Amino acid sequence: MEWVNVLIQGVLLGGLYALFAAGLSLMFGVMRFVNIAHGDFIVLAAYLMLSFVTFMGWHPALGIVAVVLVMGTIGYLGQRILLNRVLGKDILPPILVTFGLSIILQNGMMEVFSADSRRVSSGALDVASISLPGDLAIGAMPLLMFVVALGVLAGLHVLFFHTALGRLLRATSDDAEMVPLMGGNKAHVFALATMIASGVVAVAGIMLAMKTNFDPSAGPSRLLFAFEAVIIGGLGSLWGTLAGGVVLGVAQVVGAQIDAGFQILAGHLVFLLILVVRPQGLFARMKG
Amino acid sequence: MTQIVTLKGVSKSFGALTVTDAVDLAVESGEALGIIGPNGAGKSTLFNLIGGALQPSEGRIYWQDRDITDLPAAQRCRLGIGRSFQIPHPFVGMTVYENLLTAAIFGGDAQSAPQTCRRVLELTGLMPKANLQAGSLGLLERKRLEMARALATSPKVLLLDEIAGGLTEAECHALVATIRDIHASGMAVIWIEHVVHALLAVVERLVVIDRGALVAQGDPKAVMADPMVQQLYLGIDADDAA
Repeated sequence: MEWVNVLIQGVLLGGLYALFAAGLSLMFGVMRFVNIAHGDFIVLAAYLMLSFVTFMGWHPALGIVAVVLVMGTIGYLGQRILLNRVLGKDILPPILVTFGLSIILQNGMMEVFSADSRRVSSGALDVASISLPGDLAIGAMPLLMFVVALGVLAGLHVLFFHTALGRLLRATSDDAEMVPLMGGNKAHVFALATMIASGVVAVAGIMLAMKTNFDPSAGPSRLLFAFEAVIIGGLGSLWGTLAGGVVLGVAQVVGAQIDAGFQILAGHLVFLLILVVRPQGLFARMKG
Repeated sequence: MTQIVTLKGVSKSFGALTVTDAVDLAVESGEALGIIGPNGAGKSTLFNLIGGALQPSEGRIYWQDRDITDLPAAQRCRLGIGRSFQIPHPFVGMTVYENLLTAAIFGGDAQSAPQTCRRVLELTGLMPKANLQAGSLGLLERKRLEMARALATSPKVLLLDEIAGGLTEAECHALVATIRDIHASGMAVIWIEHVVHALLAVVERLVVIDRGALVAQGDPKAVMADPMVQQLYLGIDADDAA
């Protein structure tokens, strides 16, 4: 029974990792560039949530809406004003710029919020749990997070496959050079992609803030988990990303069960194993 | 007849290489214009300049009376310039219908997009393939899709770049019939083509380009009978065969 519990915890943790990964995967899919500052934006969203809810005393629901709106705006403008200028045939400039952004964000947050580890309390929800037969208990918070993650991924799925904007994003993913000749404004499409990705990042950051302690330097390891979930799942597949997150989550929780210090390493080992056995990922869709 | 696209003294240079050399060209609305010229003469560059993928080094380009030289490609597309490429670039991860729908919604009129797509699917004979992934199509169908996607943006002038190249005789005949239908519907067509007999079956006026410059134009038969054009073409054909 203990192992069933471990498995459930791992799957639920995987939902969060899938959310970390979804934004990264979306930006790579549409624009073919990797946002090195992805993890730091997740932490930024967590600090925004902390500011709105803990410091300013807003209702959490209002805080969530505000964080998503602020992050979406930052995403759109950041892409339009900064990142669009460095995107091109050369893949190095966007990597350097987002690497720089990562350093600026970490130090900026350190300056404003100090290096203290923080957390956003969700009150009674923190300790609430649902009892299952066989002595199992699932925390209400992890379950809620998993459901939200599923909801966000389902929302992205509907957006991509059942709306005009989604088709335009997929068209851009296939061949960005052709999009202007179909009347699409590439700069605007790129900015919309980053805006949507930033909205997902906002949700991921809010969850991070409510689930665990975070500090200004927490970004890079979130980026690493996001990378691993994307690669395990296979590039370009939304549900593959969920599977990747779940595999990583289960590996970490099982690792922690064996030895508390083994948690992160277990995730990396499974990631390396999948790279060796199935380098294209479990559900690869995208080529080239 | 009004002029729909006008080029005035348009030149394009890449460093020391002049690819388009002071071209003056006016296309009437509803006209079918053919463009021929040896490989590397600058025909596709001319399309890139009209479509907005390239900016001219000199000269101005007009849409009716409006100067569109500085307008980006997406806006030119929405004005009514539809462009198809020599090498088809379909959105391979989407179905044929989704390819057209995307073009129709963002390049044409979003309200009537489904009807536009249906009409274009019928016109180009792609209806039976509508729900197939574009990446699974053969060459002829990819070429048709390339043309169909340009048509889905509801253009007033259609730029066709070597669409008959690589097709069999029968396929070529079918394509000519389709382009005739498109032209008969009142759309202006500018067609670059090496398959001259296909071109001559449709166009009303022929332009010859050599080394970026416009060297002859007029009635297709008269232009083809011009000794200079014949020498240019036969000379190049011999080179091609070698």
